[in-house]
Amino acid sequence: MAYTWRRLSKDPLALVGMATIAAISIAALSAPWIAPFDPREQFFDGLTLEGAPLPPDEMFFLGTDLLGRDLFSRLLYGARTSLVIGVVANGAAVAVGTLLGIVAGYVQGWVGAAIMRFTDLMMAFPALLLAIALAAIFTPSLWIVAMVIALVNWVQIARVIYTETTALAAREYIEAARALGAAWPRILFLHILPHLIPTILVWATLGIATTVLLEATLSFLGIGVQPPTPSWGGIIFESQSYFLSAPWLVFFPGIAIMVMALAFNLVGDALRDALDPTQRGR
Amino acid sequence: MLRYLARRLAASALILIGVSVITFGLTFLIPADPVRMIAGRSASPQAVENIRHQLGLDKPIPVQYMNYVTKLVQGDLGRSYVQKAEVSRLIESRLPATLLLMAGAIFFEILIGLPAGILAATRRGRLLDRAVMIFSFAGVSTPQFVLGLLLLYVFANLLGWFPLSGFGTLSHLILPALTLGIAGGGWYSRMMRSSMIEVLHHDYIRTARAKGLSGPKVVLVHGLRNAILPVIAMVGLDIGIFMSGAVVVESVFGWPGIGQLAWLAIQRIDIPIIMGVTLVAAVAIVIGNLLADLTAPLIDPRIRLR
Repeated sequence: MAYTWRRLSKDPLALVGMATIAAISIAALSAPWIAPFDPREQFFDGLTLEGAPLPPDEMFFLGTDLLGRDLFSRLLYGARTSLVIGVVANGAAVAVGTLLGIVAGYVQGWVGAAIMRFTDLMMAFPALLLAIALAAIFTPSLWIVAMVIALVNWVQIARVIYTETTALAAREYIEAARALGAAWPRILFLHILPHLIPTILVWATLGIATTVLLEATLSFLGIGVQPPTPSWGGIIFESQSYFLSAPWLVFFPGIAIMVMALAFNLVGDALRDALDPTQRGR
Repeated sequence: MLRYLARRLAASALILIGVSVITFGLTFLIPADPVRMIAGRSASPQAVENIRHQLGLDKPIPVQYMNYVTKLVQGDLGRSYVQKAEVSRLIESRLPATLLLMAGAIFFEILIGLPAGILAATRRGRLLDRAVMIFSFAGVSTPQFVLGLLLLYVFANLLGWFPLSGFGTLSHLILPALTLGIAGGGWYSRMMRSSMIEVLHHDYIRTARAKGLSGPKVVLVHGLRNAILPVIAMVGLDIGIFMSGAVVVESVFGWPGIGQLAWLAIQRIDIPIIMGVTLVAAVAIVIGNLLADLTAPLIDPRIRLR
């Protein structure tokens, strides 16, 4: 652990990524205190006389949206939505994927085969289209969106964990544990799971990036988190038809989504390098 | 080879059956009654029952599934709730546009990814290598709708080089294809880089250098030939990413493909169309994976089929 940390702290990209994640998290947590305005308040002087949104100025740091609401405050609250979905949806995906992958990899037989054929099947569905179909069926809310994303995203983790588990299960120490009479849950959770933690950590970090992008895309298509809850993709969805005259309404949330996904991707990738020195520089 | 082909085809067929089970199952999750959607709000109970009987929705579920699959095999994907047209006709008329967009995206992926990967591999650890890696990360971290709107703003609105939206000429194709291809370009540049780095370690590369060939020649003639194989073998796997991306990119650029069809269907909760596009996309992905598996040994004879 200390070794991993030392390697991570020498990687400038990882440091930038971690600093960014920390900054976004702090901003999201303290949104009620640092946001200059209420994100739901529609300001009378937040629109031009013609009723158009205001570009960035001294009062509204990043401009206002179509209803005269402060964009900066909305972005701060939107960070909460992205982070909550990123953590909840991805956490669920990682938990389900790990459980199914580890069971399929260790139990093998028809149970393992059934689980893996099911992941093959899920891989055949384009993630976004499946999420769209699910989101169109259920009325979208924060938790439904998180569930939809988790339903789509567990597949890859399950495959990776499955592959690693089959390799681990063939090792001699597992055979020894079995010979000593250890029950399979004990072997799975005490002898195999600890070895999978680096992989889980890497996929959990990279998965947050995927989740944030998927949530933003669903919101952009109008089937993500519904207003009035501010979400970055949703802000772009609301203002996209005006974006030629009010480009800041697309660019600032767009940059926010990109920066967050990039930060998690950088840290996840650096983590993979740090945890697996043989892959260094590949 | 034949046995492998037969097994692979059987596995693909099984996956397609699974896909049909899932899309069939999903229709049961829809809270709205499809019969009411078709009959309209003012239909009498008797009329509703008639339609239900006509559609076979009063039969047991296994029978309904068999009917569903029989129709699927005949290319019948049901009728749109809103457009009052056959879903298969709608998809058929829009598929060429999406395929054209995908061809353009593959072109940009390779155009960006291969040179960037080769350059990064030959300057490993240097500034250019870092720049390529950061670009590749940025490519996969940028949502396609943000990238599309950004390109639209700069190249269509500010500079006026390309039309804002539409379909028909090559200049209509460039921005959407680039939007769809950039993330893939980043991904390909990483793959190309690691593949090239691995190849450049081989003895025959050292031999080529030792006999006095120039650096670029060694890389492009001896290195590229082998390094490009695993990368090209991945093109078939892009289809899944493109099928999702098409929904976003086509809606941003007003591209009249099946992605836009799905997007319009989302706005009107037109479930048969969403299911139809999902099904077509799943079939395309299964075919793409099959092609990727089957062409890999043709491209690289070292890969043996098992």
